[in-house]
Amino acid sequence: MTETDRHTTPKRLLVVGGTSDIGRAVAATYAARGWHITLAARDTDGAERNADDIRTRSGAHQIDVKHLDILDTNSFEPFLDGLDALPDTVVCVVGMLGDQTRAQEDADHATTVMRTNFEGPALLLEMVAARFAARGHGLIVGVSSVAGDRGRASNYVYGAGKAGFSAYLSGLRNRLAKTDVHVATVKPGFVRTSMTADMDLIGPLTAEPEAVADRIAALETRPADIVYVLRAWRLVMFIIRAIPESIFKKLSL
Amino acid sequence: MKDLSGWGRYPRLSGPLGKARDMGPAATATATLPGVIARGLGRSYGDAAIGRDNTIDATGLNRMQSFDPNTGILAVEAGVPLADIIDTFLPQGYFPCAVPGTRFVTVGGMIASDVHGKNQHIHGTFGDHVAWLMLAMPDGRVMRCSPHENAELFKATIGGMGLTGTILSAGFRLKQVETGWIRQTTHVAANLGEAVRLLSQTANATYTVAWIDVLARGASLGRSLILEGEHATADDLPWGDVRFPPSTNGRLAVPMDMPSWLLNGMTVRAFNELYYRNGARKAGQTTTVPWDSYFFPLDGIAHWNRIYGRRGFVQHQCVIPEAKAEGVVSDILERISSHGAGSFLAVIKRLAPGSGLMSFPMEGLTLALDIPFNEKLKPLLAEIDALVVAAGGRLYLAKDATQSPATFAAGYPNLDRFKALRDEIGATGRMASKLSERLGL
Repeated sequence: MTETDRHTTPKRLLVVGGTSDIGRAVAATYAARGWHITLAARDTDGAERNADDIRTRSGAHQIDVKHLDILDTNSFEPFLDGLDALPDTVVCVVGMLGDQTRAQEDADHATTVMRTNFEGPALLLEMVAARFAARGHGLIVGVSSVAGDRGRASNYVYGAGKAGFSAYLSGLRNRLAKTDVHVATVKPGFVRTSMTADMDLIGPLTAEPEAVADRIAALETRPADIVYVLRAWRLVMFIIRAIPESIFKKLSL
Repeated sequence: MKDLSGWGRYPRLSGPLGKARDMGPAATATATLPGVIARGLGRSYGDAAIGRDNTIDATGLNRMQSFDPNTGILAVEAGVPLADIIDTFLPQGYFPCAVPGTRFVTVGGMIASDVHGKNQHIHGTFGDHVAWLMLAMPDGRVMRCSPHENAELFKATIGGMGLTGTILSAGFRLKQVETGWIRQTTHVAANLGEAVRLLSQTANATYTVAWIDVLARGASLGRSLILEGEHATADDLPWGDVRFPPSTNGRLAVPMDMPSWLLNGMTVRAFNELYYRNGARKAGQTTTVPWDSYFFPLDGIAHWNRIYGRRGFVQHQCVIPEAKAEGVVSDILERISSHGAGSFLAVIKRLAPGSGLMSFPMEGLTLALDIPFNEKLKPLLAEIDALVVAAGGRLYLAKDATQSPATFAAGYPNLDRFKALRDEIGATGRMASKLSERLGL
């Protein structure tokens, strides 16, 4: 792609997790800015539903849907090769909260939770990073979680997956620091989505999916490494990380 | 269990509320849950959107599907809010053909209540502009209904209060407008007779409605401001005005329940006096006002229902056939006025017949008023309802919280057809709200 092409053809965004509430908001935000959007999801009907919504609301027609199962790691290479063009930005929002109690007793469930939150996203973004590095530029946004900052009894299977993902993104960022490929880790905190529908969320610590999308889109002009969507979370997690393990293990947070 | 009430916050009930995040689950819930009704943004005033046993929160059906600029038909899932539609399409020069007094309602709710606006006398209700709808039925089928397909079911669903099934999605027409501004002309009526006459004289205007001072008595009974409106053209706008102003209201809010004594005869009388005098100063003048303050003035004050305090309020809206309208409205106003605790929000408007089987509008005059609720109110409302029935009128189900089954049956001559259709599709006893239970449906 020549320099002039980059100004005349729209930039391209790939959303991995195109049926999630955050993925939908991210896609809508970029579509409103004139980007070409690809929604990747296992549930392509659900992703088409979001694509129709974004098309109708934004009047933009540059949005398509591709099938991707984050657990089918062998499909990643053909998936990326099958895209019409290498995206300028990839935002990975796939995740699975799972059921902590069930995960303690059911190894298959625990495996699915860990693979969905860590193995799949990490391996996919590794391949994206290689392609971005070969081209010379690109933005990778991994949506991780504050749950990965410290393991807690109530959700440590999910948290461990997200911790692995955060560490992976950190290493990737370190490796590519001297290139024009940027890697951002976004930790949304509580977000009002279908994942959290049954939880009692703490209002001041809870963001709307649109706020997460705005923070992600802001990375296009102002890159950052680790983003807490609501700044209060940076302080909250600083305190939680600072508690000595001997005390932390007795708390129920 | 969730606390559930309508916008009037009377009655306050509770029950299980499950959120449907897609049309499939909404259809499944409709087919499997007993005594179920769909709920949108909860802006019906009484008990219409509270299930007898179960309530489906349909606000997750919030995807738009398509828009065809050639036909003006917008297809959306039923939980899409009217506010989203206006925010998206007004900047492109489109506006819904009918809007109610708040934009925080869903498309499904607008169809189920067959809502009307200030242009109903000319352009009909929201339901008159629905091209088709998808209805999830209690037997598990999903039916496409339109004036040409399953027409009887379509007619019963427009204004059917969700009692024929759950509306999943719909296509409806938007009209083209040149600007987002309304040219509003204010006329002053010194009494009810003059108000009715002015409403007739302004019947050619696209939008017309009268705000009425409920507490005025004697010779001033029914004194009103008649507000006439037309969509402003681009040429009407002063140079430099934005053609499609974004919504400006929404910055004010009532932060908590106001004490019940706040709204007494004196404070409401003072408010109405000020409002009337302020309007009277503009008599005969035409001003250009933005769409949101014209159509949705109260949307500018979030949670305005809290002003009536914890006990809530009822909105009573009736329509009286033309011939007896003036006399009966006058009688109602006199009773409300002597009761004392009248309302900020009393409106009269001329209506044309509606097209749904259970649509509220009929040829005549509609009167809508808010009254703070207390138990002593019930006998007064029963008296008023008797006047409405005697005159051959009816009450608006989307506002209703108190009418009797007899009042309801007297007002809706298509009720037997509606009941028969509900039997036929297996909806009787299955699709059920607190309202349908109360009214013996």
